[in-house]
Amino acid sequence: MDNLNNLMQGFEDVIAPMNLLLALIGVLVGTAVGVLPGIGPAMTVALLLPITYGMEPVQAFIMFAGIFYGGMYGGSTTSILLNTPGESSSVVTAIEGNKMAKAGRAAQALATAAIGSFVAGTIGTLLLVLVTPVVVDFAISLGAPDYFALMLLSFVAVTSVLGASRIRGLVSLLLGLTIGLVGIDTVSGQQRLTLGVPQLADGIDVVVVAVAIFAVGEALWVAAHLRRKPVEVIPVGRPWMGGADWKRSWKPWLRGTAFGFPFGALPAGGAEIPTFLSYATEKRLTKHPEEFGKGAIEGVAGPEAANNASAAGTLVPMLALGLPTNATAAVMLAAFQSYGIQPGPLLFEREASLVWVLIASLFVGNFLLLLLNLPLAPTWAKLLRIPRPYLYAGILFFASMGAYAVNAQPLDLFLLLLLGLLGFAMRRFGLPVLPLILGVILGPRAELQGRRSLQLSGGELSGLVGGPVSYAVYTVIVLVLVWPLMRRFVLRPLRGRNT
Amino acid sequence: MSSPIDEPSGEDARPPRGKDRAQYGVCAFLALLGTAVIVDGLGIPHITSSTDPVGPRAVPVLLGALLLLVAVLYAVDVARGGHGEPEAGEDVDLSQAVDWRTVVLLICAFVANAVLIERLGWVISGALLFWGTAFALGNRHHVRNLLIAATLSLTTFYAFAIGLGVNLPAGVLQGIL
Repeated sequence: MDNLNNLMQGFEDVIAPMNLLLALIGVLVGTAVGVLPGIGPAMTVALLLPITYGMEPVQAFIMFAGIFYGGMYGGSTTSILLNTPGESSSVVTAIEGNKMAKAGRAAQALATAAIGSFVAGTIGTLLLVLVTPVVVDFAISLGAPDYFALMLLSFVAVTSVLGASRIRGLVSLLLGLTIGLVGIDTVSGQQRLTLGVPQLADGIDVVVVAVAIFAVGEALWVAAHLRRKPVEVIPVGRPWMGGADWKRSWKPWLRGTAFGFPFGALPAGGAEIPTFLSYATEKRLTKHPEEFGKGAIEGVAGPEAANNASAAGTLVPMLALGLPTNATAAVMLAAFQSYGIQPGPLLFEREASLVWVLIASLFVGNFLLLLLNLPLAPTWAKLLRIPRPYLYAGILFFASMGAYAVNAQPLDLFLLLLLGLLGFAMRRFGLPVLPLILGVILGPRAELQGRRSLQLSGGELSGLVGGPVSYAVYTVIVLVLVWPLMRRFVLRPLRGRNT
Repeated sequence: MSSPIDEPSGEDARPPRGKDRAQYGVCAFLALLGTAVIVDGLGIPHITSSTDPVGPRAVPVLLGALLLLVAVLYAVDVARGGHGEPEAGEDVDLSQAVDWRTVVLLICAFVANAVLIERLGWVISGALLFWGTAFALGNRHHVRNLLIAATLSLTTFYAFAIGLGVNLPAGVLQGIL
């Protein structure tokens, strides 16, 4: 019941008029930026980070919570009204959502997305409240070797489970680890890869890397291929749903939530797999199979709920273990670190009130989102018509401002450009960006934990294998690595023999 | 990261991609980076102690070696016909080639901002950045853009630097703003 009291205290903090206003601004700005085409949730959070630089952590976190869910919801509006979504988590929503919009049912598609996001977000956040303390209790007993193993698992999972090509994921990860290496080694105080530049001694700020890769890289990439013809935006009135739509939506919402949350909480689970699973499930269970492919409301309700629930799920490992599992969580973690706050099991002891304020703000933000988005949908739809030169000029403008504001040094702007060009090249060559961000954030910590483990064993590699947790994690790593080989050399020949 | 779904049929049928040789450039870059990381790593004094038996050299050397290894594996993958899918998006038209002119102009606007921000201050350099990037992206309403740019940089300066305490330089306008 202790947690419940903490949560209530968190709510009390959020409800204060000034904080409520911040939550409202966060939700509004988050949605507005998230709606803009080409801006996914991760870029939304990265671009909006500087707004909070001057604030106290509590206020900043209240605003983040709003931006987090606002950015998520904004992305689904884009995919319903525009098709060809910018981020992978909204791909599935676009399949039926855009068809519905084209068939004149945009209002219903947006309504089921908004209400579904609310339901999934609320249940997801509730599960977060229940599950995170359990994970924290477990995590507090983990030693350095266990953490090292968990981080290795994150690296392996993000490079080999997500994305089409393992080798390209690995390239991205190694680039990230290299960027993370820059700066003074925390253990020995030696400079590494600083090239004698004093400003690099503190390392390259993760926020600069995130803004460069997500915002600058994306803007340059789009600029190089800008579609010169005007986009077709489907006009929309105020979202609403009739009784029949409610009846068809509520079960997909719940099923989508059930898919989304656990996948979000897994390392490299992400939103892609649960949204696809939810779509496939709804397609199989629906009483209106003829509508699928032409705009079935279940096909919007389920994946949207799965998407939002997985976003809540990603916060479990992020808060309890300090392990981000998707791009948005990675940027959130960077934001935490810029406040000198290190997520992980100790966070709940040291900064308990802060964590519970964050969680309470997630509930509040989610509710505000529902209140705002139903009446504001026509306004968001207008944002989609923003002239593209202004949109991308604006992204570069805010990216520069944010990157400069981190340390107030012009060098960061050059780094921003260099890393932005790297992001451009990665988009050109189909290298996934998530492994890079994860490498930058987790690389230095993995090294620290690894060296700590070896300290205990006096340099013997056996020190890397600690308690039962590390054994289990290494087993999973081996399975993940061996699975494709198994499929190629064992399962496929077997199947070939049977047929 | 993302894949286009339900592309409008016909109009942007991409040319069949042969072997994407530019990918060898990525391999070369990785090999170079790997070498640089190893060389830098070997230049670090090898300091170990009882609390840190590994020292600061091991990780860079290992990482450099992995970069070299991946450069080779990547080259093998490319030689066997592997290629990454360029990223699609709402405003991305992959049927046309990279528009280098726009990219170079954007870089110029970006560098101008980085060079000028401390001297002229964010209000001026930021406005130039917005105006320049809008120009680079093909917008030719010069006066209107200048007004938008000035409004944007003034608003952000007052809201963030003065209102929220974010670090933005006033530059030559110090005392006027």
